[in-house]
Amino acid sequence: MSLTHHLPALQVVLPLMAAPLVVLFRRSGAGFALVTLVSWAALAIAIALWRQVDAGGTISYAIGNWPPPLGIEYRVDRLASFILVLVAGVAAVVVPYSRRSIEAEIPREQHYLFYSLFALALAGLLGITITGDAFNIFVFLEISSLSTYALIALGRDRRALLAAYRYLIMGSIGATFIVIGIGLLYLMTGTLNLADLGARLPAVRESRPLLAAMAFLTVGIGLKLALFPLHQWLPNAYTFAPSAVSAFLAGTATKVAIYVLLRFYFSVFDQSVFFQRMPWSEILLVLSLAAIFVASATAIFQDDLRRLLAYSSIGQIGYITLGIALASESGLTAAIAHMFNHGITKAALFMLCGCVLVAVGGTNMSQLAGLGRRMPLTSFCMVLGGLSLIGGPGTAGFVSKWYLLLAAFEKHSWWLALAILASSLLTVVYVWRFVEVAYFKAPQGERSAPREAPPSMLVPACLAVGAVIWFGLDTSFITGSASAAAAQLLGAAK
Amino acid sequence: MNPASHFSYWITVFLMVTGLFIVMARGNLIKKMVGLGIFQTAVYLLYIVPGKIIGGTAPILADGFTLYSNPLPHVLILTAIVVGVATLALGLALVVRIHEAYGSIEEDEILAAEQAERAAS
Repeated sequence: MSLTHHLPALQVVLPLMAAPLVVLFRRSGAGFALVTLVSWAALAIAIALWRQVDAGGTISYAIGNWPPPLGIEYRVDRLASFILVLVAGVAAVVVPYSRRSIEAEIPREQHYLFYSLFALALAGLLGITITGDAFNIFVFLEISSLSTYALIALGRDRRALLAAYRYLIMGSIGATFIVIGIGLLYLMTGTLNLADLGARLPAVRESRPLLAAMAFLTVGIGLKLALFPLHQWLPNAYTFAPSAVSAFLAGTATKVAIYVLLRFYFSVFDQSVFFQRMPWSEILLVLSLAAIFVASATAIFQDDLRRLLAYSSIGQIGYITLGIALASESGLTAAIAHMFNHGITKAALFMLCGCVLVAVGGTNMSQLAGLGRRMPLTSFCMVLGGLSLIGGPGTAGFVSKWYLLLAAFEKHSWWLALAILASSLLTVVYVWRFVEVAYFKAPQGERSAPREAPPSMLVPACLAVGAVIWFGLDTSFITGSASAAAAQLLGAAK
Repeated sequence: MNPASHFSYWITVFLMVTGLFIVMARGNLIKKMVGLGIFQTAVYLLYIVPGKIIGGTAPILADGFTLYSNPLPHVLILTAIVVGVATLALGLALVVRIHEAYGSIEEDEILAAEQAERAAS
């Protein structure tokens, strides 16, 4: 057996092994080198897996050579390979960025812990995406969540501790709900393998525990992905965490939770017709629209740029769940494409926030006055990222919004298309707030020379913004992968 | 169907709701963690109880034994217990840090401090 055969295992094992090694080194330099190497290797493996799936179809890897469904299976299909590229890609950009960023935000003796926790969170997120076993999802979910709580608590503001504690309570309740859901499914079918579950559920589709399982899973995963109104933990967590952590989490953690939702809804549940017994897509539709409008409107009134972006994240997650609620192939394509696009856009924006934090000392709107003159490159990139949030043509955000509109037209629901356009106007308003403060307000105090953040932070951030533009102009990778993934999800359902 | 036959489920659901109630209703950060612990422990019961078959033995291949209990729930719950302990440890560690930073572990006092901070900034 060649090494390429073991890529699915290596995808998770490399970052998982890196975490304890970094703690053993106890040196921040060595930790940085190792985690950078591992995150780049993870990206290379994710791209290799994506190419393998693109060429040869779904990969199934039996851990320890125990064949599924008895053994644990790692399963890489179109959707999983696409999300793996997103998670590993964001990590590969954020780790090089984090070195200078955390010097300003975390005490020196804790740096190696940061790298170790980061590797653990990465391993957990990759593991959730790649595994084909329901209980494994829970275990990886807790690996990533527990390391995330600790990462958020590393923030320099004392409110970071409280944000981490709240996130821990909400996150643990969510994870426990997921375990209850998985437990009920296991009691009804006697299997934990996702594909096997999907095959066995139709036999018990009339039973009540199945409905309960779906309810528990929806609420549990909804807590993890910050589905409105279960989003209360998110704004503080993203605002007070170290900037590198916010960038990584905003780009990956909620997206991976959405992936789990898609996995359960379409690979496990939809094979039984009992969806017709519950108005689940109507419920999801209403919640998504509420998320888009309430969160975007709240974002307008935030005084801290990072909190504004955090609320914008909740709104953008609304667009993704809106695509899922439409439950058509084009709707799913839009949702999956928006997961990727919003992931890289928000990661880029939070990284730029970190640059501002280092150079200016804060991200409050009053401190940002005249930023366009003080940090021209950062401000320009921030505006480009904002355009992608709005869905301006030529940016990645345009592609997914276009597909979302197409999906709405397909359903002949003009009011939905209008709602999507109207909500984009709200996005314009909160992005404009930044533009106004940065370009049309005079800087406070004496005029100082332009001073950008150090290049080791600016280059990765600009790279991420470059990716936003690149994927907006060359849409073949995103739309190709997303539509193939959507077709596969719905194909499995028929 | 006689209610007593579902005795174990009644206990499980009672513990689950008790734990969740404590998490939501109590303002003391440590009591919240206790509630969370009870909530998680109830889920262990949900898994383990159905795995037991009355009269069944441990799943060891030997002559004369044909009825086995399912070992898988126990293994799953061993993992879940480890996760629960880690969550509890991390949560309590955070409470210690919060106490150092705010001088209190009562949620309303901390919220008041936070409000004051926001008003000042």
